[in-house]
Amino acid sequence: MKLNLKIWRQKDAKSKGEIVDYPIKGIEGDMSFLEMLDVLNEELINKGEEPVQFDHDCREGICGACSLQINGEPHGPDRLVTTCQLHMRKFNDGDTIVIEPFRATAFPVINDLIVDRTSFDRIQQAGGYISVNTSGNTVDANAIPINKHDADEAMDAATCIGCGACVAACKNASAMLFTSAKVSQFALLPQGQVEAVDRVQNMVRQMDLEGFGNCTNTGACEVECPKGISLENIARMNREYLSATTKG
Amino acid sequence: MALSGLFLVFFLAQHFVINITSVIAPDTFNEWSHFMGYNGLVQFILQPVLIAGVIVHFAMGIALELKNNKARAIKYKQYNGNANSSWMSRNMIITGLVVLAFLGLHMYDFWVHEMAYKYIEVNPESPTRYYEETVLKFEPFWRTIIYVISFVLLSLHLWHGFASSFQTVGVNNKYSAGIQTFTKIYSIAIPLGFIFIALYHHFNPITH
Ligand code: HEM
Ligand code: SF4
Ligand code: FES
Repeated sequence: MKLNLKIWRQKDAKSKGEIVDYPIKGIEGDMSFLEMLDVLNEELINKGEEPVQFDHDCREGICGACSLQINGEPHGPDRLVTTCQLHMRKFNDGDTIVIEPFRATAFPVINDLIVDRTSFDRIQQAGGYISVNTSGNTVDANAIPINKHDADEAMDAATCIGCGACVAACKNASAMLFTSAKVSQFALLPQGQVEAVDRVQNMVRQMDLEGFGNCTNTGACEVECPKGISLENIARMNREYLSATTKG
Repeated sequence: MALSGLFLVFFLAQHFVINITSVIAPDTFNEWSHFMGYNGLVQFILQPVLIAGVIVHFAMGIALELKNNKARAIKYKQYNGNANSSWMSRNMIITGLVVLAFLGLHMYDFWVHEMAYKYIEVNPESPTRYYEETVLKFEPFWRTIIYVISFVLLSLHLWHGFASSFQTVGVNNKYSAGIQTFTKIYSIAIPLGFIFIALYHHFNPITH
């Protein structure tokens, strides 16, 4: 298949950047979106041009590194997949595909399609953990019985891979889905109760400090999330936050 | 945002119940309007609370919009919002600002007039004037049409806003589907009811 790619090119964080047209041929439906970009980069390198920079690592939907805004949607038009899992058969011969970096003030562009998502790491560091004794007398996590429903919901929340698609999709560039998934995976478990009050307050504070927007419940994040993280997590975080505030 | 919004939703329903009597029972409309206008609790407690509620709501709405705009300083070249969210949910500021502009006219039409009548001109109480005053307001076509358009935008605002406020206060459970359904019924029925009242009075003027 033949495609007309329109790709955001930006030399470094300080340069202005612009959309550049790249016509490309010989793309197979079985290729992933990233393999399609590999083909393009091969060509660019052969021509002596600078290849298009993009983030990737596992290429199997588990690391959360890949992060492209494709035709106005994070991870493209398909549902419940990351960009590395998106197949070119989702596009038609002759299509124009616009590829941009995830846009958010809290995700500044490093170059081309790569953005700095360390703001997520800082939210995680602000409270997305539990403190356990690891000095030789570690307690087995399974020593505390947990009801199946809670365990399943905690596991669902924990499948968030921190890709940032929720922020990229949101008209407010809000990080509520990510943060609420990280809060929920502990809030649902007994191990998470000890630090519950500080956790939600500190993580929300960090989220605001990073310059993410506020949630207005458009639901775009849930639709675009490759892991199907549910809006129920945001409601849960709002409850946790409310109860933490009243507890001081 | 959510609490002030829910408060306004509650107020709107109450306002509708009073207004619909102007169509079905003018005497009741006069009676209730007079009560609202001269009851101390309504005038000096509930009315200021309502005005504060509206101010809090739109001030927070505007502040929220400004903050959220800053959270994406560089916009996308292509943004396919329709793929993942409703137009109503993305344009609360637009529908909200139209409703605010309408409230300006609405306050001028009824509230400013009432305040002047009671506290500036210090007219005597006249328990039967409300019905006629109201119907007269809807004589001009331009005012009727502004009211109609504003209620269409209010409907769009509530279509997202009502259910959204439950999510904001942390309610997302087995009742959420019911809340969604109720939101749809409410956000169509109540504005449609107000539109009906405006049109009814426009097409049924008082003839002496
Ligand atoms: C009778 C009038 C109004 C009613 C009944 C109403 C109701 C609501 C409700 C229930 C919400 C949802 C709150 C949440 O999810 O947290 C909301 C949100 C909002 N309202 Fe209003 N509103 C009214 C007038 C206005 C006005 C005059 C403005 C002026 C700017 C406005 C602007 C907004 C904004 C910006 C939002 C939040 C954005 C969002 O959740 O997407 N509203 N409104
Ligand atoms: S919530 Fe979903 S979209 Fe957001 S970072 Fe986690 S996996 Fe990505
Ligand atoms: S490269 Fe790891 S999720 Fe796509």
